[in-house]
Amino acid sequence: MSDVSLKIDGKDVTVPAGTTLLAAARKTGATIPTLCQNDKLEPYGGCRICMVELEANGMKRMVASCTHPAEPNVAVTTKSDKISRIRKTVLELLLAHAPDSLPLQKLAKEYGARRDAFEKDPMFCIHCGLCVRYCNEVKKLDAVGFVDRGIRKEISFIPEIAAKECNDCKECFPLCPTSYLQAAFVYVENLAFPR
Amino acid sequence: MARLNSREDLDKLTEGLASRNDPHMPRVSVCAGSGCLACGSKEVIAAFESEIDKQGLSTQVEVKSTGCHGFCEKGPIVVIDPEETCYLQVTPKDVPEIATQTLKDKQIIERLLYVDPQTGEKSTNENDIPFYKHQKRLVFGPNRTINPRSIDDYIAIGGYGALKKALFDMTPDTVIEEIKTSKLRGRGGAGFPTGMKWEFARKAQGDQKYVVVNCDEGDPGAYMDRSLMEGNPHSVLEGLLIGAYAIGASIGAVYIRQEYPLALQNLEVAMAQAQEYGFLGDNILGSGFSFTVEVHRGAGAFVCGEETALLASLEGLAGEPRPRPPFPAQKGWWGRPTNINNVETWSNIPLIIRDGAAAFASIGTEGSKGTKIFSLVGKIANTGLVEVPMGITLRDVIYKIGGGIPDGKKFKAMQTGGPSGGCIPEHLLDLQVGFDELGKAGSMMGSGGLIVMNEDTCMVDLARYYIDFLTEESCGKCVPCREGLRQMHRILTRITEGKGKEGDLELLEQLGETAMEASLCALGKTAPNPFLSTLRYFRDEYEAHIHDKKCPSLACKGLITHWIDPTKCQACMLCLKRCPTGGVDGGKKKIHVIVPDNCTQCGTCFEVCPPKYNAVIRLTGVPVPPPIPEDQRMLVKETA
Repeated sequence: MSDVSLKIDGKDVTVPAGTTLLAAARKTGATIPTLCQNDKLEPYGGCRICMVELEANGMKRMVASCTHPAEPNVAVTTKSDKISRIRKTVLELLLAHAPDSLPLQKLAKEYGARRDAFEKDPMFCIHCGLCVRYCNEVKKLDAVGFVDRGIRKEISFIPEIAAKECNDCKECFPLCPTSYLQAAFVYVENLAFPR
Repeated sequence: MARLNSREDLDKLTEGLASRNDPHMPRVSVCAGSGCLACGSKEVIAAFESEIDKQGLSTQVEVKSTGCHGFCEKGPIVVIDPEETCYLQVTPKDVPEIATQTLKDKQIIERLLYVDPQTGEKSTNENDIPFYKHQKRLVFGPNRTINPRSIDDYIAIGGYGALKKALFDMTPDTVIEEIKTSKLRGRGGAGFPTGMKWEFARKAQGDQKYVVVNCDEGDPGAYMDRSLMEGNPHSVLEGLLIGAYAIGASIGAVYIRQEYPLALQNLEVAMAQAQEYGFLGDNILGSGFSFTVEVHRGAGAFVCGEETALLASLEGLAGEPRPRPPFPAQKGWWGRPTNINNVETWSNIPLIIRDGAAAFASIGTEGSKGTKIFSLVGKIANTGLVEVPMGITLRDVIYKIGGGIPDGKKFKAMQTGGPSGGCIPEHLLDLQVGFDELGKAGSMMGSGGLIVMNEDTCMVDLARYYIDFLTEESCGKCVPCREGLRQMHRILTRITEGKGKEGDLELLEQLGETAMEASLCALGKTAPNPFLSTLRYFRDEYEAHIHDKKCPSLACKGLITHWIDPTKCQACMLCLKRCPTGGVDGGKKKIHVIVPDNCTQCGTCFEVCPPKYNAVIRLTGVPVPPPIPEDQRMLVKETA
């Protein structure tokens, strides 16, 4: 694999081809917030909080740094008014679901995101998919998955698998930024395999 | 059917089939596209077959069921060749008369002809009908003359000749060069240069490459891909074969919507026939090139028209887009280089190879070449599918081809590019049709839906409707689209209900920017367009809804009140009897009044009040006048 050289916030950096912009930026010391990213998992690109500005061939566009690969001769900006505005909106949208989530609150403080910018929703899952992907990619069990689509999409434990596997594992629990996962587990446990 | 093993075999077959077509032989072409079938064209075809048999004409007249002709407003459509006499809205009852008078005695049946609603002029020949006259039907034209279930019909008009030319007279590189020179851009929505796309896939590393037909047309009101697939499936297959040869793909897939059963049937018949002739399979026409196609049915998700979601669906996964890069040209179906084009794009390929890139590029504007098929729907006199040269003005499409706005109403705006397109107001009607032109006006070409709106359409409600559609169709993977659209839909709904407040527009703009800049796929990136373009051109309507609690188009139920003008009401009892909720009080000779507690603002009273009285009035943004005193409610006949 060859190396790729690019500029991040004005600093030159060289990384192996295939490195994500997020990893390259962290190498330069830049901080980019993430919610759905985890080094053990394949890049997902769902939460969009890690958006950065990419300038290539004189054209600027926003890309998700967790999924976009480092490319030669591009310039990346990780902080700007526009970037902050987008991160703030993403946070406000998620706070409508999980206003008490600690990771969200911490970021909300940094970006000035309001708790009540939008009408609240009762479902406090933020669909980062960390649990689903961890179970699929690392544990290869698929005990928890997404069901339905779009605004009705939710996570759900598969009772047949969860009954056998989950009580001895629960490795996904600390990944959840809102504790919705734990709630979903208690729910299925009580319905399908009460202790 | 014998397998064709060389170019000479195809030449011989084409010649034989073409010579069998007697240009003087009377032929009845009945449209059997989805629109006409719904109007009863199947029965018309059956009536023709039995009538011609009965009158002993079966050796002299050919009856052909063809693909969609396009003028769906007036179906079922019957065209009688060689005179090209066009009869509209034909029923089985008309058939004996057509057989005796037109087929036998060459008489025209006046009442079945097209009548211009403005001039009252009748058109006998189909090409004299204004709807057809201003079109340029290069891709869609053969739909009218061939039976989609007969490969011989397609070959007789030179079908698969472009494939032969590509396989024997061109190299893959010269094919790609030709497509690049033609400046063909993808007809599916994004308008990416097709030749470049093919080149990426050709140059990509990989032992196995794929080509895919995207027939997951999902825009509400759009049905051009459906009609092409139903009416001329071989043109799509021929385009696909040429693309596969150019890219170096040996396997192809057609991704077709669950909701298009006829397109699927016709495609499967076409594939079986192509297989028998050897256009599909090993060593096609003895050229050494081999290619097979499989069909995959979508499960009805709008987002699966997005190519990475389509690929996920092809692999049996949930239809969710994934980030690009890597592009499908590098890592597509099963991780291998894949080229995906839309139905109409593939259908253009045989034309470009047959007639040359220069002929194709001679039509259109600087940035957009060739023709485009639009589905012209909404508040327009001539609903249907129209194929126009790029560069034609929207005004010509609406007035010359579409026949203008019916019922004496005024044009207000047109939505181009489907749900994620934008609205174009009247002062921009001289805009030319083209990818860049429509983009600059805040809309997009999209796949080719043109929805016309008249003065009765509320633009805020329209934006709400499209955002609702997109909210339902969001796959739910990324936050700006899933959550952003959910909130946009809520705010817009609130505004149309008269509950809009200060700051709503700013909030919507904030959500719009985030969705456009930060969404994962094109669905989310373009989703705010219906809101942003209506805000750009109709900001006053938004402000009227929010500040004055007024719907200027009198469409939003939450902002209008029905009221009966006591000076006009003649106590005819029509509205009283028809009101579904008991919302009208009155009696014989007793002036009617609306009962506010029962009224749901459904508008039935407004619709049924006779125009000579015009007593039911819709109020918005003004207080409702106090009710007429009870003792003045009896109508007294004026005495002379």
